[in-house]
Amino acid sequence: MNSLTGTLSMARLALRLDRVRLSVWVLGLAVMPMGTAANYVKLYPTEADLRAVSDVLTNPSLVALSGPLFAVSIGGLTVWKIGVTEFILVALMSLLTVVRHTRTEEETGRLELVRATVIGRHAPLTAALLVTALANLAVAVFAALGLMATGLPAAGSVAFGLSTGLVGMLFATVAAAAVQLTASSRAATGIAGAVLGGSYLLRAVGDTGPTWLSWLSPIGWGLHVRPYAGERWWVATLFVGIGAVCATVGYALAARRDVGAGLLAERPGPVGASPALRSPLALAWRLHRGLLLGWTVGLMLTGAVMGGAAAGIGNLKSPNQQLTDILTRMGGRSGLTDAFLGAIFGIVGIVAAAYTVQATLRLRQEESSGRVEVLLATRVSRLRWAASHLVFALLGTALLLAVAGVAGGVAYGAQVHDVGGQVGRLLGAALVQLPATWVLAGLGTALIGLAPRHASLTWAALILSVLLVELGALFGLNQWIVDLTPFAHVPKLPGSAFILTPVLCLTVIAAALGAAGLAGLRRRDMPVT
Amino acid sequence: MNEAIRADALVKTFGRTRALDGLDLVVQTGEVHGFLGPNGAGKSTTIRILLGLLRADAGAVRLLGGDPWRDTTELHRRLAYVPGDVTLWPNLSGGEVIDLLGRLRGGLDPRRRADLLERFDLDPSKKGRTYSKGNRQKVALIAALASDVDLLLLDEPTSGLDPLMEEVFRQVIREEQRRDGRTVLLSSHILAEVEALCDRVTIIREGRAVETGTLAGMRHLTRTSIQVDLAGPVNGLAELPGVHDLQTHNGTVRFDVDTTELDAVLRQLTAVGIRSLTSQPPTLEELFLRHYDRAQPDVKPGTEVAR
Repeated sequence: MNSLTGTLSMARLALRLDRVRLSVWVLGLAVMPMGTAANYVKLYPTEADLRAVSDVLTNPSLVALSGPLFAVSIGGLTVWKIGVTEFILVALMSLLTVVRHTRTEEETGRLELVRATVIGRHAPLTAALLVTALANLAVAVFAALGLMATGLPAAGSVAFGLSTGLVGMLFATVAAAAVQLTASSRAATGIAGAVLGGSYLLRAVGDTGPTWLSWLSPIGWGLHVRPYAGERWWVATLFVGIGAVCATVGYALAARRDVGAGLLAERPGPVGASPALRSPLALAWRLHRGLLLGWTVGLMLTGAVMGGAAAGIGNLKSPNQQLTDILTRMGGRSGLTDAFLGAIFGIVGIVAAAYTVQATLRLRQEESSGRVEVLLATRVSRLRWAASHLVFALLGTALLLAVAGVAGGVAYGAQVHDVGGQVGRLLGAALVQLPATWVLAGLGTALIGLAPRHASLTWAALILSVLLVELGALFGLNQWIVDLTPFAHVPKLPGSAFILTPVLCLTVIAAALGAAGLAGLRRRDMPVT
Repeated sequence: MNEAIRADALVKTFGRTRALDGLDLVVQTGEVHGFLGPNGAGKSTTIRILLGLLRADAGAVRLLGGDPWRDTTELHRRLAYVPGDVTLWPNLSGGEVIDLLGRLRGGLDPRRRADLLERFDLDPSKKGRTYSKGNRQKVALIAALASDVDLLLLDEPTSGLDPLMEEVFRQVIREEQRRDGRTVLLSSHILAEVEALCDRVTIIREGRAVETGTLAGMRHLTRTSIQVDLAGPVNGLAELPGVHDLQTHNGTVRFDVDTTELDAVLRQLTAVGIRSLTSQPPTLEELFLRHYDRAQPDVKPGTEVAR
């Protein structure tokens, strides 16, 4: 038996376990570039349209956000619009897949069972990389074919597919090394995710300042391949080289450590609880604080960058009519800048709702892991336990939105010399999203209380909201379909006037869903696994 | 109030699975009550109903004079629970979990906490994810035993402990027994443990109590093995009621006899004249195997999932 014995059967198992998850990832990543390109073909039929919109994109904030525009063409614009997002998502897909099939299996003890059979030492890691490579190959091929189908040049389409797949594989190898370091899969995801975040920041700084910095970033390389802008195929060797180094490190570390152990030692915790740890709420704070902190930082940066970008929109000399139309349709009636800000905070609201869903479903996680049992055997009532987590879903989201609004207001206000006024305006634009996010918290609670095994459908509701809000406006879907998502009813601040009725209605719906869920939770059997 | 727990004809179904099928259980205040049954017999389901986590479909249940479903939080001030499968928060240390659970229950005795930590030899500074099964169980045990409560509900609390720790557990439970009014419901597979600790025992099988009473009383219900050298031949022994598996070999007679018929059979033997006699009391294993096995033919498909 060599160290790879059983790799293929493990890969088949991983594919079986991930068949739905990976299919959704691959489909999404393949459709996104194609949809963007098709949309641009419709929006900018002439060279003049393209030129007009390209002028806007030299704004430093937008460059920091999405990278420089390398070519004034539909292809160039598509890569600019979707490239960085696509790279980040494909990296997430890859690193999550690798962690899931290596460290998570190990942490839960399932790997021990598997490794006791005729399975080589390196088979699990190899199988995880193999499956991830297959997914990345599919993304690359389908993304390239999709782009070609919209009429874009073959070379550029292949280059974009190639860089997408290579970014994915590079982060798969980063994860392969990261999972060797810690005994916890969360920490491993954190390490690989931090590398991804760092890559994004290096590229953002590099693209607006010293260019060499973006050459240190795999996401930067993805853009430096220059699809549709005089493809530079040799950049692909950077991915191969660094990926090989990361994979070698991963395999070398895997050969040196015990099953279940990490290379970084687990730090001991306190021998007793601090006096503050005496209530379900205090426990919930311990469980939620890391997540909340990460999201707060993320949304603060997003708010600041968007606020900065908005100032550039206002300075625009010759606004492109279609772009204005789009932003107006997405954002509101008055003023291009306000429309832009309205659209941005609409997106911020949906992004923050991802945290809302995550925090709400923590209830379900606590239950299905069985940890809730000892808690409910104390004098903690079910409602008090549920409330301790829902506080974070409801008020945590409020905090995130407020932080994004204030950061946006400061960044935008600083450029238009009206910090005081803009902070207030954008804080309002952010917080008006809150009731819509609460509807998702309500939905999550209702599912947990009434149909606990289907609680993860809350994610489906969020994804549907994203599709309806993003694509509904662009493709002119029927209004009643778009109206299914709570986010369609949020007043488009700061452009339009604030209307109380929809905000109030959303709050009432959220409260009703939540109440139904809590009533169900009080009556049903616990724990349902 | 003399009965800490009283359950009458409890029924609980999960979909098509009938986990409890008319279960009766009475635990007197101050006793250590053994709760025995094979895997999937419904022990954990019963305990979860007693905790108000599950709601019985039919039947009545009283716990410490209250209704476990309605008076959940008031009752939980007075009890502590150790689940069969302890899961901990991965990033909380064992010490933190012990303190947290103790405080949520209404306070714990710091001296007893320190004492138990030492006796169970547990390092409280390790994080939840690094504990082995046995050590996770110790965390839950210490949290439960260090609180001042009237009732302990222990669901197979020693299934992950080593023999040394099991002995510590027995000592601690014996100390609990000496404290007045403290009741323990101990679900277990380990017969020696039940024999060593329990005043009374309930055996359940397929969601129903098949036997309940003291161990001595239960022994009475089973057979004693007799080996006897007789002065002369004996006739008609095999026909006596309660005699089983009779074998005769060079004047040595071996048989099993129902403990209730022992007296009558011995009378018959002394009439012939006994040279030597050894008798072996029934082992608990035999008792349980008989109950675990009984009615094997009428096992319904799909009744094994219940926990």
